[in-house]
Amino acid sequence: MELILSLLSAATGWIALPLLVVLSSFIPGVGIMFLREDQHGLRTALNLAGAVLKVVLVGLMLWGVSLGTQYEWSLEVLPGFELTLVGDSLALLFVTLSAGLWLVTTVYAVGYLEGSPNRTRFFSFFSLCVTATTGLAMAGDLFTFVLFYEALTWTTYPLIVHRGTPEALRAGRTYLAYTLTAGAFLLVGAVGLNALAGSVEFRSGGLLDAELVAGAPGAYTLVFLLLLAGVGVKVAFFPLHGWLPAAMVAPAPVSALLHAVAVVKAGAFGLVRLLHSVFGIELATDLGLAPLVAGLAAVTIVYGSIRALHQDDLKRRLAFSTVSQLSYIALGAALLAPTAHIGGIVHLVHQGIMKITLFFCAGLLAETLHIKNVSEMGGVGRRMPLTMLAFSVAALGMIGLPPMAGFASKWYLGIGALESGAGWAVPVLLVSSMLNAAYFLPILGTAWFHDQNAPWRDVGGSRRLEADWKLLVPALVTAALTLGAGIFAGSPWSPLGWTRLIVEQGVL
Amino acid sequence: MTPEALYVIAGAGVFMTGLAGTLGRAHLFWKVLGVNFMGSGIFLLLLAGAPRIPGEGADPVPQAMVLTGIVVATAATALGLGMALRVAVRSGGPYLSEDMPGARKKRTESVGSRDDHGETPTPGNPS
Amino acid sequence: MNRIELWSTLLVVAPLVGAMLSLIGGRRSILAGLALGSAGSLTGAGGAWFTVHTDGVVRHLLGGWGRPLGIELYVDGLSVVFLSLTAVIATAVSVYSSVYFGAIAPPGGGDAPGARGARYFAPLSLFLWAALNGVFLSGDLFNLYVMLEIVGLSATALVTLAVTAKATEAGMRYLLVSLSGSMLFLLGVAILYMGHGTLSLEGIAALRPAGPSAAAALAIMTVGLAAKTALFPLHAWLPPAHAAAPAPASAILSALVVKASFYVIVRLWLFVYGLTLPDTGAEQAFLLLGALGAAAIVWGSVLALRQVSLKRLIAYSTVAQLGYLFVMFPLLTRPGQDAPGGAWSLDAWSGGLYHALSHGLAKAAMFLAAGNMTYAVADDAIESISGVARRLPMSLLAFGLAGLSLAGVPPSGGFLAKWLLLGAALERGQWVWVAVIAIGGLLTVAYVLKVARQAFEAPEHSETFRSVPRRMEWTALTLALLAVLLGVRAVEILELLLVGGTGPWS
Repeated sequence: MELILSLLSAATGWIALPLLVVLSSFIPGVGIMFLREDQHGLRTALNLAGAVLKVVLVGLMLWGVSLGTQYEWSLEVLPGFELTLVGDSLALLFVTLSAGLWLVTTVYAVGYLEGSPNRTRFFSFFSLCVTATTGLAMAGDLFTFVLFYEALTWTTYPLIVHRGTPEALRAGRTYLAYTLTAGAFLLVGAVGLNALAGSVEFRSGGLLDAELVAGAPGAYTLVFLLLLAGVGVKVAFFPLHGWLPAAMVAPAPVSALLHAVAVVKAGAFGLVRLLHSVFGIELATDLGLAPLVAGLAAVTIVYGSIRALHQDDLKRRLAFSTVSQLSYIALGAALLAPTAHIGGIVHLVHQGIMKITLFFCAGLLAETLHIKNVSEMGGVGRRMPLTMLAFSVAALGMIGLPPMAGFASKWYLGIGALESGAGWAVPVLLVSSMLNAAYFLPILGTAWFHDQNAPWRDVGGSRRLEADWKLLVPALVTAALTLGAGIFAGSPWSPLGWTRLIVEQGVL
Repeated sequence: MTPEALYVIAGAGVFMTGLAGTLGRAHLFWKVLGVNFMGSGIFLLLLAGAPRIPGEGADPVPQAMVLTGIVVATAATALGLGMALRVAVRSGGPYLSEDMPGARKKRTESVGSRDDHGETPTPGNPS
Repeated sequence: MNRIELWSTLLVVAPLVGAMLSLIGGRRSILAGLALGSAGSLTGAGGAWFTVHTDGVVRHLLGGWGRPLGIELYVDGLSVVFLSLTAVIATAVSVYSSVYFGAIAPPGGGDAPGARGARYFAPLSLFLWAALNGVFLSGDLFNLYVMLEIVGLSATALVTLAVTAKATEAGMRYLLVSLSGSMLFLLGVAILYMGHGTLSLEGIAALRPAGPSAAAALAIMTVGLAAKTALFPLHAWLPPAHAAAPAPASAILSALVVKASFYVIVRLWLFVYGLTLPDTGAEQAFLLLGALGAAAIVWGSVLALRQVSLKRLIAYSTVAQLGYLFVMFPLLTRPGQDAPGGAWSLDAWSGGLYHALSHGLAKAAMFLAAGNMTYAVADDAIESISGVARRLPMSLLAFGLAGLSLAGVPPSGGFLAKWLLLGAALERGQWVWVAVIAIGGLLTVAYVLKVARQAFEAPEHSETFRSVPRRMEWTALTLALLAVLLGVRAVEILELLLVGGTGPWS
């Protein structure tokens, strides 16, 4: 036991761990591509092995970072440009989220896709998608970030069009039209930044020299806007959000991953990097750019919530909810107060675990009872109590009720808004919470207190459980995480505790 | 006028004649011959324009170039004429389709055309 | 015999002897010829790489014959990079062709087109290969002319391996363009020789060619070479020719042959005239080349998007991608810095040449993958490749990866090339080029997806599917993966590209 512990603690000192974290999903992803369709066992084993290994490696890195290890791995790609992976505490927050949720989603996806065609392709790109996400989470400079950001676009596309229906292909086309155009903007912005500033390396407090910027504020503003357009599409800022509800045609595990971990979070994370590691929040505020982002975020928060009110399709309602919730992260990051930063960044995690729970539950309902619309959910609480319990926990968290995770985010956001003198944000948050309640509470009411009002095509679960355990357990796990993150918010190892560490250490 | 200048002018004239033939004539024979003319014009230029070293005679390099050039030109002309013959057999006339007399001028960048890719057998291979 | 003599001899002689060997006929002699050519070229290119890397530029007079009559070899980083590209692609195509023609030829042989390809592809491609290596090794202008001519003649013969009226005509048109282009080049050589009394590239460069006759020579040579490179608007011959050739031949034509004349353009502009250009105001000429390149990108991509034939789509993509190579030129000179040598933008140079490399690998992969698909469904129309996704996933993957590399999606060689070119454009604040490069990338995605989407459709007549030999699938995928791998590390290649005796970075 002692030997293992000392080995592990030696491993935490290995500063190339970030590379291993990326490879732990890349290698299974490539390996699966060459498997035959009927090699289910090997495929699942590879997938789970990769997912578990990634969690272990991330755990080691967390431990190492808390001991003060600075992880960095780089490879010179072009003269002057390196592929750099770093493991600072901000990167680790996102990596932990994606590694953990990838593991549960893999279990969920194995159950969800049982017996459907083209699973080799699906699981291969599923792993590659997570590879790109962890890569961009640990990107140490804008060059690396762009690289993984674009790779993410492409690894997600086959997942969105997975079913191959005309509708899916159409959604895929919309997705690509939005994200590729954004990618072009991001690329031009990144190259332009390098031409202006001579460096694209992320640095705490921003890599730009304030005096240099003062010399050519127009050029820097242009670069910021290009980069903002690049990440803004994936954050689904109004009016760049059109692809997200369309992408709902993807299988449930994909939606879950898309909304909680991969694509939209990549955008939100990129926005945090842009504001804090590239420009620096003070410089961005001076240039009037951070307030612009905050304003966009406020509009999107309200807009997304209002649109969500009118959706009967459960997944579409959740999608518009995502549009709205993502902008909390943007809002928090763009305000000039550490408390707001804590609120925004911790919402990256909180929104992730809550939204993935909701999508898991939506998938459960669709798979078990073929319920796709809110209006068909009458009485479903009695048929599937555990599912609806998980759903309720996450939904209440989204509204911001204590002790669920969402409460902490909103609390910090509100205080931060006041501290930074952006008092106008508080009413936005309040209105949004009311709207959240207005579109989530009716679902809960229908499910728990109404009688069955639509025919279900009940495919049933096993005798003892209400549904397939591979689908149910992940939902319960993430629901428990939602509760835990709220209840133990004071602990240093909770998302909130870790985020406070990030902000207080000045990693931003 | 020195003899060299005469040769230079003649060479340029032969080259231009050849260029005009290649671009202007529709018949493939003239096109191939035009290329040959262009070559001959350049050979004239080279021989005429070669620097002469007093006491040693003409610079040998252009002569070596012309000799080699003639060999290349012969090979190219032979291939060109052989292919022109095949075009004549397979398309019904020694013309490229856009120059075919009587045919409507067809754009080479047609969008709707499919290409055979050599895997469907066609009868009448003259080789 | 010193080392570079060994390598250069291997590079030219091995494919030549291989060509003779394969002319004997019979499967065994063809395989032996291809193997000899591949082994010789790979070893030679590797050896030359090592030599240039350690010793810098190598000059060599073949057989010890002195100037001016001897054949002069000049090997620098640029040469070595193109030699290596040729060796890798031609080897892959050789492996591919050894199965491809066997598969399409009827067992009896005879006069059928497949048998014709099986008989003549190997010798022709090996001749072509020797001549390509010759182009990249040549140190004098006349030698360049002869080698370019052999490249042109064997390339046109490859086009006409398909015995159809269309292929013959496409070959004929290609031959006429190629010969006329060579003649223009030779005319320029003659003018330069009359003015400078030497044919050596370095010799002319040292004399700093300037004045109206040198400028006229450069202009005439460039027009001739641009026609051979299919630079817009002289590109109309390319799509029918590259589409009509058998798949392995198309791969060589699109990936390597057009690059040979591009290589000569680069040699002329940047090495022979490199020292004088910044003084003589080449800005306008560069701008013109760049504008034509930009037009090629847009025009070629739009037409590619509108094609109904798979190979024609890829051929138009070549027209478009060649445009990027010419967009490099206006980005090469930096504004406000006129000192020779210090005035060149390293990013533009690296980006343009790196694009030539990654396009070579990706386009070869694309044509080979397309060859697999059209072979499987026995038709070249895009609409008939439905179901390929399930039957030939590896070929589709190769096609997709190659397409993404062309579009500049990371990680790939195309991405790094685009990053560098964009950097050069933004450094000068030239937004027109930025827009062209970005739009070209999006259009590339559009036409690649057009093919991929069709491949995912359900097939109408699945019973007509022919199974494709595994080796054909693997070679296509290998080339595509190499194009992707170029995106992981470019440092060595870019450093090698800077090893040059004359020109901007001497």
